Amino acid sequence: MCRTIFSLLVGLLIFSTAAHADELDTLLQELHSKSFSIKANVVDKLGELDDPQVINILQHMLEGELYYTKKDNVTVFAIKEKSLYSLFNARTQEPMGQVKKREIKKISVNNSLRRQLRATIANLSLFNKDPQKRLQAAEELLKNFDPEQEENIRKALEKETNSDVRDVLQSIKATIDLNSNEKSTRLAAIEYLGESLSQETINQLNGLMAKDSNGEFLEKDKEIRQAAEKAIARIESKRVWYGQVENLFFGISLGSVLLLAAIGLAITFGVMGVINMAHGEMMMLGAYTTYVIQQAFPGLLEVSLIIAIPAAFIIAGLFGIAIERTVIRHLYGRPLETLLATFGISLILQQLVRSVFSPLNRAVSTPEWMSGSWQINDALSITYSRVYIVIFSLLVLAGLMLFMKRTFFGLQMRAVTQNRPMASSMGINTGWVDAMTFGLGSGIAGIAGVALSQLTNVGPNLGQAYIVDSFMVVVFGGVGNLWGTLVGAMSLGIINKFMEPFTGSVLAKILVLIFIILFIQKRPRGLFALKGRSVED
Amino acid sequence: MTEFGHTPITDTPETPRDKDTILYLNNVTVSFDGFRALNALSLVVATKELRCIIGPNGAGKTTMMDVITGKTRPDEGEVIFGHHTDLTKMDEAEIANLGIGRKFQKPTVFENLSVFENLELAIKGWRSVKNCLFFKLDKATQTRIHEVMETIALSSHASRLAGELSHGQKQWLEIGMLLIQAPQLMLVDEPVAGMTDSETEQTAALLKQISQDHTVVVVEHDMEFVRELGGFVTVLHEGSALAEGSLETVQSNEKVIEVYLGR
Amino acid sequence: MLQKGIIRSILEHDKGGKILITLLLVAAVIVPVLNLLLPETSPFHLSAYNVTLWGKYLCYGLLALAVDLVWGYLGILSLGHGAFFALGGYVMGMHLMREIGSRGVYGHPLLPDFMVFLNWGELPWFWYGFDNFFFTFFMIFVVPGILAFIFGWFAFRSRVTGVYLSIITQAMTYALMLAFFRNEMGFGGNNGLTDFKDILGFSLQEDTTRSALFALSAIALIVGYLICRYITQSRAGRVATAIRDAESRVRFLGYRVEHFKLFIFVVSACLAGLAGALYVPQVGIINPSEFSPINSIEIVVWVAIGGRGTLYGAVLGAILVNYFKTWLTTAAPEIWLYFLGAIFVGVTLYFPKGLVGLLHKMKKNQKVNIAKGEAKP
Repeated sequence: MCRTIFSLLVGLLIFSTAAHADELDTLLQELHSKSFSIKANVVDKLGELDDPQVINILQHMLEGELYYTKKDNVTVFAIKEKSLYSLFNARTQEPMGQVKKREIKKISVNNSLRRQLRATIANLSLFNKDPQKRLQAAEELLKNFDPEQEENIRKALEKETNSDVRDVLQSIKATIDLNSNEKSTRLAAIEYLGESLSQETINQLNGLMAKDSNGEFLEKDKEIRQAAEKAIARIESKRVWYGQVENLFFGISLGSVLLLAAIGLAITFGVMGVINMAHGEMMMLGAYTTYVIQQAFPGLLEVSLIIAIPAAFIIAGLFGIAIERTVIRHLYGRPLETLLATFGISLILQQLVRSVFSPLNRAVSTPEWMSGSWQINDALSITYSRVYIVIFSLLVLAGLMLFMKRTFFGLQMRAVTQNRPMASSMGINTGWVDAMTFGLGSGIAGIAGVALSQLTNVGPNLGQAYIVDSFMVVVFGGVGNLWGTLVGAMSLGIINKFMEPFTGSVLAKILVLIFIILFIQKRPRGLFALKGRSVED
Repeated sequence: MTEFGHTPITDTPETPRDKDTILYLNNVTVSFDGFRALNALSLVVATKELRCIIGPNGAGKTTMMDVITGKTRPDEGEVIFGHHTDLTKMDEAEIANLGIGRKFQKPTVFENLSVFENLELAIKGWRSVKNCLFFKLDKATQTRIHEVMETIALSSHASRLAGELSHGQKQWLEIGMLLIQAPQLMLVDEPVAGMTDSETEQTAALLKQISQDHTVVVVEHDMEFVRELGGFVTVLHEGSALAEGSLETVQSNEKVIEVYLGR
Repeated sequence: MLQKGIIRSILEHDKGGKILITLLLVAAVIVPVLNLLLPETSPFHLSAYNVTLWGKYLCYGLLALAVDLVWGYLGILSLGHGAFFALGGYVMGMHLMREIGSRGVYGHPLLPDFMVFLNWGELPWFWYGFDNFFFTFFMIFVVPGILAFIFGWFAFRSRVTGVYLSIITQAMTYALMLAFFRNEMGFGGNNGLTDFKDILGFSLQEDTTRSALFALSAIALIVGYLICRYITQSRAGRVATAIRDAESRVRFLGYRVEHFKLFIFVVSACLAGLAGALYVPQVGIINPSEFSPINSIEIVVWVAIGGRGTLYGAVLGAILVNYFKTWLTTAAPEIWLYFLGAIFVGVTLYFPKGLVGLLHKMKKNQKVNIAKGEAKP
């Protein structure tokens, strides 16, 4: 089907080219005029010409690369190369050598002409053989619609086979039909537009509800107005729904950031009971590791994050082990003292980063594959970086859970936390397990730092911004329970994002904090608390 | 003393409540994550009785103490003190002020206060913040504290920090703190754990003396000590009362033998 | 006479306290004299800058006292006491703002400059009354006290203890910081309250006013010390110590632990508020960064360094650490955080009882040595 249409089209083009060749020449000559209204007229006529070269010419005109030679009035494309211009014949594409600026004259365009050019190009592109181009052209037309193109759109719609392009064309047609004389056509168009999601459609339909200065409706037909009103309501309710979906996603994405920040803490605080105020600084180290790797291997930007993950794990993990061996080891069973000492460590690490990297924020680049966004429909689009972070945080959590459940070290770790003397008497080196556990928690914080480097500024205060939040998540979810951490992070993220539209982000954060403070009072051991006699001590 | 313990009681015991019943546990159940620490436990303690609770580890002895003193809320059942006071609705401080004192398994005295100050804090009265702020030590109180120090043989250690005392002395100090609270009902959890034989003997004598004016419930492992106390015995097993009676009676009970030897 | 008797009984067996109070009394007299009566050319002249600086240290001392009362005696490690300090400061700041009257940049008779700047039409309801000094004086205690009461009532009743309590106190001050950063709160947002002119009609720029504020800070510190000392020496203080060491045991003795905690927590918050109120006229500004969690943690370090649970040690720690901070941040600013971090770690690891503990140890050793020396012929 597609092929027959295509060959038909080609045949049509070949046939018409010869006939229109001279006309194209004439029109190009007319384009050399200074008057914008004449040029506009010519562009219209060019648009009606069935010549494959027209798009190309108009495209160059739009980009300000269409010139004519002063000497013999030949229409040319002029591409600037350093101080000279390379010329190509606009009709034949033949190169015509390089000239200086003063030998050629630009065919200038103004804004209204630009708009007209875009619409015309889009219109012509509707018959392009590449469906992607046709889609682009249709979308362009939808935005800058020209009623005179009606006939073309009908034609294009008849031939169009690609469903995406058809959808857009249908919307354009419906927009045209809105102004039809036939009432049933108009109602059908309104009905069709009601299925849309875009804000533009709402604006269009709102046009039908407009009043003049006397408060009279411009649209006299009540039935049409009612239909339009219903359609608007339908679109808006759908947009609200997608808005909620978007909020939910934002919530989940904030939740995964919190989750990443809190997982490491769930190990050091939740499993070992160590209050590590330097946890945020472990994340900071991870973020700086990413920065250093990007600086050291500028050619490997695309894979820098992949390299940074193990590197950050190792660096933050080593720092963690060092902290455990030198300080925390001496403070087991004295949580408040641990809190103070690790806070001191966090100050030292912050200052260290300030001395080494300067107190200013460092720029960490985002690889190509993480930028851009995923446009699901007119009302909903999601940035890839957030999608990746959601996936990444869940992977880290799953990996950690598997590690705890399935590996020998995980077993030793659980043994030590549950019954230290027993584990020790069975030949487990508890000191080593403590150090490794703390290293693990810190290493995971480092990994979180890699992810955070893609979301926030990498600076000495990066850790501080997350430390209170991380503790809130762990305490809210229930200490010593990784599932609790997951649920805690996600619910806090979602609550936060759903409140933001009503309260603004700062107040939402304050309210969440107050909520947690009250929650801890009600359930001091969090959502998923361990019960039993052992927790009393 | 009510003698109903010759037949072992397991599920729903006949629970006569005389006028002189001071504590009545009815069908008390406590579970932690599915594990039943107390399983429909019923128990009656009469006024001025000296009751010993024995049972293997995990039988629910400490949990029972926790329920009576308000530390743990039972999932089901009621705990009646005196005639109508339901203890399950009250918190620890209220229950303590009703006249129920408790000594912990691990001696818990205030290590950074002197022996004298420990007893001074325990003495009856002056419980509100206001009273405490304007408290003045009077002669009568001082005398009472010295009396108790005499009883627990710590007179010569009055100004020493409690943290510096030996393990046995801490146990006694805690008993002294209990005594000076002048409670109607004293709950004593393993009072002789870690004591030498002579200390154990002295403690038994002390508790017997105390039980002449107070109701005392003792939880203990040490059978020798229980024999010495010579009171009425309740055997706990898996959260409920397995047998009751004098020590000889319960020791000859087949179920009790099975529980103790079968393990 | 009676009062003297009370003070004497409070300070019985408290050598450190006696020394501290004597020093403060002397300073309250000497410092203004050195500043006001001696000519600037004299080598003993004390500049107004230094008077204010030491006044600031004394305010910190009072704040440290407040933290020591709850941490040293009750075992509550508050990481949010900076909030009470800042609230007291804001109360005083509001009074000083109202005192400016129509002398502000915009010359509005009623509204402070920042409100005119934000195009506010009228004074928010909670700014009323602060033009009156006595009302302000009252609120200096009431505002932090009420926050402490509400917070403590919830927290202590539901038995949140230990680290959890520390973390939610931190969350409290963090939430307040975020709140005060908002312009809509009506406390000057980011910039806070500043550009004060005078207090009770005395210009804040005058040396006499500054000296008077110093002397007031010293007196406030003395009164604060006596209050704390009275509480810790009373039966209530012994109950507090007992709560710190074995909370549940105290409950089984029939004490309402939450009432004691609440009382001491509120008293402590009021003292912190007073410290903040004296601090603001001396430094001339109060802004939301005073609420930042790190400030609160720094206070804890002062107490830890001086010696937790000794009161006068806390004052000593606050003054010493801040003296070093002033010195280091001018001499080598980048070293300050290393230094602060190192003392956090060092004190907790090696001197858990702080400087006072160290002094006691040295004294004991000395005595032992003397005894040994005497034993030998």
